Amino acid sequence: MQNVKMVVTGPFSAGKTQFIRSVSEIEVVSTERKLTHAAERAVKETTTIAMDFGRITVDNDLVLYLFGTPGQKRFDFMWEILSEGMLGFVVMVDSTRPETFREARSILETFRAYAPTPYVVAANKQDVKDAWEVQDIRHALRLDGDTKILPCIATDKHHVKTVLLELLYSILDRMGTER
Amino acid sequence: MALRGNLRDFTVTQLLNLINLAQKTGTLILDGPTDQAHISFRNGKLAYARIGQEDGNLASILRESSKLRPDQYRALSTRAGVISDKELGLLLVNAGYVSQEDILFGLQVHFTSIIRRLFTWVEGLFRFEPGIPPPDDRINVKLDLENLIIEGSRQLREMEELQDEIPSLDLALKFTERPMTNLNLSVQEWRVVRFIDPKNSMKRIAGAAKLNDMEMRRIVYGLIQAGLVQLVRPAGAEIPLNPRMFPTQDREEQRGLINRLIGRIQRL
Repeated sequence: MQNVKMVVTGPFSAGKTQFIRSVSEIEVVSTERKLTHAAERAVKETTTIAMDFGRITVDNDLVLYLFGTPGQKRFDFMWEILSEGMLGFVVMVDSTRPETFREARSILETFRAYAPTPYVVAANKQDVKDAWEVQDIRHALRLDGDTKILPCIATDKHHVKTVLLELLYSILDRMGTER
Repeated sequence: MALRGNLRDFTVTQLLNLINLAQKTGTLILDGPTDQAHISFRNGKLAYARIGQEDGNLASILRESSKLRPDQYRALSTRAGVISDKELGLLLVNAGYVSQEDILFGLQVHFTSIIRRLFTWVEGLFRFEPGIPPPDDRINVKLDLENLIIEGSRQLREMEELQDEIPSLDLALKFTERPMTNLNLSVQEWRVVRFIDPKNSMKRIAGAAKLNDMEMRRIVYGLIQAGLVQLVRPAGAEIPLNPRMFPTQDREEQRGLINRLIGRIQRL
């Protein structure tokens, strides 16, 4: 059996766990714990402190694992471990919380430094009224024109599939240029 | 959709950067600690600015810039509200009191001074209204934002913030496609600009320009914010894909594996 993995990262409460949950064939193995910080509790009750873990069986011989990183910087020691050997990564951004954009940029740069693997950015919660437009988020995150940023609703399987497919297309493109 | 938030999380400089890069038209409304400011843009360029209760009419701006004498100003003030700024400007130019350049220069100075005041606002709400164009009855300018953005970026002093913005100095810089015209750069900034080349890491540039890490980060942050440069991997340092990301080293098998993944996800 061959295994490959992709990493889903992004700031606290960006929707990483939900993203994996939408496509995983197993119940996502989530190491969620009650939040102790009052400010974080105001956003959600529990958070991922080690990782989320989802699986998609491709065929008898190949399995794709999806790993979700914890969002808070105090768990960043986990990021490098999780990024080891990944095919690529998805950076999730909460489109309704501009206060997290700076952190998203920082996480993106950190992951780029770990591994030169392809990545895409998913602008999550695009169905919420206060969501920023994708192109505004592109500028806020200082993404160049070549970086894919995709509208996303992590609860919607179709959106999640599109994000994963775009990442896979980027990997194929990259393999083509390295020939 | 909304472009709104708190200045605590998204600074005025960052907003100007976004409006500049996205070439937006509309009005940015800022609710600061004591005042409300309205800043209008056309195609990403500053068109008009007003703060608090200040009327900011043409007569008072020309008085402020000493282009009108007090008695002229008093005479014109009595007509305020009767004629628009555009009509007044035309009258003054035709009467030979001021030139068109005087008017535009006075307005630019006035509007940029408002933006400079906004740089000190670190708390407050903002929202961008694409449906509110620059006011029609006022004279609009067409001012590039790059210099203001660089000026605003110089005020970011906190090392922690700068480190968040530019986590590593191992990356290199390259110029974007945007033209660099009429830039007001400091000596230090020019020293950095002349070494910008995808072959040079920021660390190397800092060494050559005799800047410490924080000075380098601050300068690069300003240039990035103004949309003049972008971060890239140093040329020649392009690292190939990690072979360990695939369970096989055969390139055709790797490609086949990705295609199988694509097929599976399409069927989900």
